[in-house]
Amino acid sequence: MSQVTFKNKWLPYLLVLPQIVITVVFVFWPAFTSLRMAFYRTSPFGDRVFFVGWQNFQRLLQSREYLASLRITLFFAGCVTFFGVVISLGIALLLNQSLRGLPFYRTAILWPYGIALPVAGILWMFLFHPNFGLIPYWLRGIIDFDFDWILNADAAMLIIIVTAVWTNLGYNVAFFLAGLQSIPGSLVEAALVDGATSFKAVRHVTIPLLWPTTFFLIVMNLIYALFNTFGLVDAITKGGPGRATEILIYKAYNDGIISLNLGSSAAQSVILMITAILLTVFQFRFMERKVSY
Amino acid sequence: MSRAHTPLLNRKRIRKLLLHLVLLLIVLIIGFPLIFAFCVSTQSLPEIISGPKVAISSYLVQNYRGAWQRTNMGRLLFNSTFVALATTFGKIVMSILSAFAIVFFDFRLKSVAFWTIFITLMLPVPVRIVSTYQVISDLGWLNSYTGLIVPLIASATGTFMFRQFYQGVPGEMVEAAQIDGAGPLRFLWSILLPNSWPNIAALFVVLFIGAWNEYLWPLMITHKREMQVVVVGIRSLIPGGGDILPEWNIVMAAAIFALLVPVCVILTMQKWFVELVIEPEK
Repeated sequence: MSQVTFKNKWLPYLLVLPQIVITVVFVFWPAFTSLRMAFYRTSPFGDRVFFVGWQNFQRLLQSREYLASLRITLFFAGCVTFFGVVISLGIALLLNQSLRGLPFYRTAILWPYGIALPVAGILWMFLFHPNFGLIPYWLRGIIDFDFDWILNADAAMLIIIVTAVWTNLGYNVAFFLAGLQSIPGSLVEAALVDGATSFKAVRHVTIPLLWPTTFFLIVMNLIYALFNTFGLVDAITKGGPGRATEILIYKAYNDGIISLNLGSSAAQSVILMITAILLTVFQFRFMERKVSY
Repeated sequence: MSRAHTPLLNRKRIRKLLLHLVLLLIVLIIGFPLIFAFCVSTQSLPEIISGPKVAISSYLVQNYRGAWQRTNMGRLLFNSTFVALATTFGKIVMSILSAFAIVFFDFRLKSVAFWTIFITLMLPVPVRIVSTYQVISDLGWLNSYTGLIVPLIASATGTFMFRQFYQGVPGEMVEAAQIDGAGPLRFLWSILLPNSWPNIAALFVVLFIGAWNEYLWPLMITHKREMQVVVVGIRSLIPGGGDILPEWNIVMAAAIFALLVPVCVILTMQKWFVELVIEPEK
């Protein structure tokens, strides 16, 4: 789509200049420094840097801690994405039945999206509190689970997964609803007329047609879980107990800022950047296809 | 109508009623963490220790006053509001300008400019945090509003949204303006901008909430308490380990202070957010 344009030699440069300057100074330059630092190591006293080639990366991939953090991250991101997408698809399917009060329900589900993850974490932390929280109180005698997130790794992981899913749920539901409403009702009706039960119609007609939205949301939720959950981990578990909730983004920060292991932290940042670039490209490719479909 | 229809209609009605009940239950479950937090924020510490209760007690004013004083809440909320508004405003202005240049002009470095902005999307703050911190510290911007606002002010999301919107503006509108002798800035100011308000409102919701809830950036570059934003500032109340008994009623009151503004923004402006961010193709 090309637009009718104005003729001016210098004005367009002037208009994009502010954003380009900020992007170069605060995005490109730091990204470039990280990239360069990833190939250097700082001496123990921090007074000299050596070029070490790919050594920082090799060390990372051989480091048991890094691989453990990778496993934790995959588990965390997998759970957040899976439960986030499945639960919100369920809610969206319930909502998509020409109901009265749809705007009310959408709003009543969307609002937690406004809450910062560390703050949302505080709310859930208390609900799960082993002594004063309601959930352990209700479940007492039903299941035997130690809800103390300070000592029990599973409890800490449970809190951050639940909080991350809860905060993003309304956003997912809103996208699913938009996707569902763009599916022609006649297709589903045709399936019903052909004798399909409504469960079968959903399973074989609605869900396949909804796939573009589902895919988009899977990528969005992965990006969210991988890169935007730093505050949740930092405020609630600090990566603990032990290293049980030390996800990659938190480890990169911790190794760089707290332990001042700049080379390793930079190498970790570079790996994360590549992941972010791949996911974004994936998502954009797909959005373009969605437009033509 | 024959008799056969009546039970069918009833069955439909019962089905709808059940559906509403299930949905209301879901709404209640989703709202529950906040409901419980509010209940706790009105209880006294002995009441909390005696066991969890979903009940409102009479210590509301006392707890909220405690939370306000203990965290210097007035200052935290002011910082959050100021930083979020300034970041959002800056992002909107810059993305309008750059999208305007990219859509309504042909210039040699257009695709370079576009890709430079596009790549920002791929490099979220956390993955480049250590080296960005270095830049801010070299500039002497630690513990300042400038440091909190300026580095976050470039928004690829905003540029993309306005680009998409401007591409849909009918070419006749531009030609008409040109025939009337309006220059590009005149066109932007008197024609484009007045038609952009719904888009600006939608973008405002997304950007404001994002800026208000930003955690890592302010955590890194502000060490002085009076420069902290609320999401970082209430961290001091979060209990770690140890045997100190945290005052959960105060913690919950502070959490409610911290979430009130962005949640109200969502509630009042979600119409634009849903129409333009989630369902733009309609």
